[in-house]
Amino acid sequence: MSRHVLSLLVENKPGLLTRVAGLFARRGFNIESLAVGTSEVPGLSRITVVVTVEGLPLEQITKQLNKLVNVIKIVELDLDQSVQREHLLIKVRVDNTTRSQVLEAVNLFRARVVDVATDAVVIEVTGDSGKTNALLKVLEPYGIKEMAQSGLLAIGRGSKSISERVFKN
Amino acid sequence: MPAEPRTAISPADLKAAQPGPDTISGAEAVVRTLELLGITDVFGLPGGAILPVYDPLMDTSKIRHILVRHEQGAGHAAEGYAASTGKVGVAIATSGPGATNLVTAIMDAHMDSVPLLAITGQVFSNLMGTDAFQEADIVGITMPITKHSFLVTDADDIPSTIAAAYHIASTGRPGPVLVDITKDAQQQEAPFIWPPKIDLPGYRPVTKAHGKQIQAAAQLLVDAKKPVLYVGGGVIRAHASDELLKLAELIGAPVVTTLMARGAFPDSHEQHLGMPGMHGTVPAVLALQESDLIVSLGARFDDRVTGKTALFAPNAKIVHVDVDPAEISKIRTADVPIVGDAKDVIADLTVALGSALATTTPDTEAWWTYLNGLREEFPLGYTEPTDGLLAPQFVIQRIGELTGPEGVYASGVGQHQMWAAQFIKYERPNSWLNSGGAGTMGYAVPAAMGAKVAEPDRVVWAIDGDGCFQMTNQELATCAINKIPIKVAVINNSSLGMVRQWQTLFYDGRYSNTDLNTGHDTVRIPDFLKLAEAYGCLGIRVTTADEVDAAIQLALETNDRPVVIDFVVSADAMVWPMVPQGVSNSYVQYARDHSPSFDEEA
Repeated sequence: MSRHVLSLLVENKPGLLTRVAGLFARRGFNIESLAVGTSEVPGLSRITVVVTVEGLPLEQITKQLNKLVNVIKIVELDLDQSVQREHLLIKVRVDNTTRSQVLEAVNLFRARVVDVATDAVVIEVTGDSGKTNALLKVLEPYGIKEMAQSGLLAIGRGSKSISERVFKN
Repeated sequence: MPAEPRTAISPADLKAAQPGPDTISGAEAVVRTLELLGITDVFGLPGGAILPVYDPLMDTSKIRHILVRHEQGAGHAAEGYAASTGKVGVAIATSGPGATNLVTAIMDAHMDSVPLLAITGQVFSNLMGTDAFQEADIVGITMPITKHSFLVTDADDIPSTIAAAYHIASTGRPGPVLVDITKDAQQQEAPFIWPPKIDLPGYRPVTKAHGKQIQAAAQLLVDAKKPVLYVGGGVIRAHASDELLKLAELIGAPVVTTLMARGAFPDSHEQHLGMPGMHGTVPAVLALQESDLIVSLGARFDDRVTGKTALFAPNAKIVHVDVDPAEISKIRTADVPIVGDAKDVIADLTVALGSALATTTPDTEAWWTYLNGLREEFPLGYTEPTDGLLAPQFVIQRIGELTGPEGVYASGVGQHQMWAAQFIKYERPNSWLNSGGAGTMGYAVPAAMGAKVAEPDRVVWAIDGDGCFQMTNQELATCAINKIPIKVAVINNSSLGMVRQWQTLFYDGRYSNTDLNTGHDTVRIPDFLKLAEAYGCLGIRVTTADEVDAAIQLALETNDRPVVIDFVVSADAMVWPMVPQGVSNSYVQYARDHSPSFDEEA
């Protein structure tokens, strides 16, 4: 089983996400996380998808994705050639005895508290999955009431951009 | 006040002085776009959400609309039209059930890479998502089975969308494209701009292959001791038969043509070993299996060809030529992958081969000796049924012999399909139409209808089974009324024959739900003779071998109406050779329990 991060530059057309997600399901590939948003080019969106591959070569899914008429470019982002971040909002149970310990953990992880109630805080953290998992582990004993997590975002290191490579010709 | 004659300007003058686009309705734009794309025939059936398009369709003199009796018939007719010519086939349906009735044909076209343009009406855009009457998300439903699909909600977008759909359907690896147009978009007026701007930044099919790979393939070909050209339907779609013949004759290697490629290479050619696969000839199956070099040309290593994939052609290097990069190394890893159009690639490969042959002389003598031995020992054949009924193979063979290679043969799916692939001799591409990948029962009659519309001067046969025939025979009405005189041979074994064959072989002869009661010694429901007559066709029943030729001749001479021949054949006839599912092709059986012995080390 191998894990890959793919960045897709796609036309922002209705049903695009269905086409991409449906293709993964149909061809037997498992999506671990998915993030969709606008890109630097008007009319184009960027999809970051983390896919786990078992048995089948990754090449098959990139080739099939390339056949989708609305998909313009696909690149695989290696961990050491790219910046990869995920974003979490975590609601943790606190009381007068635990609040300071939780806040200390927040500071150690360079996370932020974005909402405070008498018996809970909402913590925002950004980082790679190693960091976010570590924070979760630390917070778990206090009681995680709720959590929302974004799909992984990734971008290549250096000055090159994915759209440059498409539109330079 | 009357205008002064000197300064009076008529609207016509204005138009001449300032040529601007006409403003026409979206519905008119649909028809005009089809005309400008050179479409001359469409198949369809109107309904509420496509009604606006049907109004201007009545006025056009450039497009013949053929009113089918079921939308599936429109879809398969468009497929038959496309498969017999290489042109884009067009099917039109209304929203909801009209559109969903097209689904089987769209999927069929997707599996067999048929250029199909499906145009469907959609409910008003302000009703979409409300479960309106006859609303179905046909774009969503067909997403996995189309090459691409479009939803049009604005009349301005109609010409460019249909033109883009036509372009996508017909280029690269051909396939079905659906254009779903809301009723309000059909009713709106918009300026008609032609040619429209087609903007498809993500669609760039590769047609010209990499020179280095071509050289590598040519070198492998001259070095191989046991080469085979494995020819698939892509050669037919690419119109590459002439190029293939040159390549094959230059290298002198054996050729096999898959079910989708029957006719891509002449059956009469001495290098042709026939069809490979589950019901392929023994020489074709074993040539692939024991080869040291398979040059795949527009084929996709379908499981019906490879048998158990892991055990397929264990000693073969693979050169894989396909216009679709995703086919390469999908099933079997290619040693030399070549992405490109078969026509260009085969031509380039032939040139490269010429140079390679200057320095290396291929040594395939032992290979040919072996293959010729197999040909002699295991020719295609059949045994006469013991129940005294007609041999279906004989009937099909005689249809082919009496009609000749200029005919078009469309088949359904099952035993009769395999026999038609085996026992009719194909000499030219686009003469054999069938549902290969999808295996759609009911394909034959409407596909034959579409082929006859496209090629009115050719004899067009539907070789059908009694099961298949009952799925789409209502199109006989379409054929009779529109003067489309197809000939239908119902190979009537009174059962779902291929399923029955598997029940005979793998389920101890327990015939669960395969009896159709249409044949010999049954209630004959329906009676195909009466059915033919009810549909305004000439109906003929044939029960003995001595009636076969006369019936075929009568059918060939009858061109004022469709002909249906009910060939009452034995239900016990089986398709041989056969590679049982899930085993290596090495276990090909020539007849029941009769496997060729061959050298395991070969």
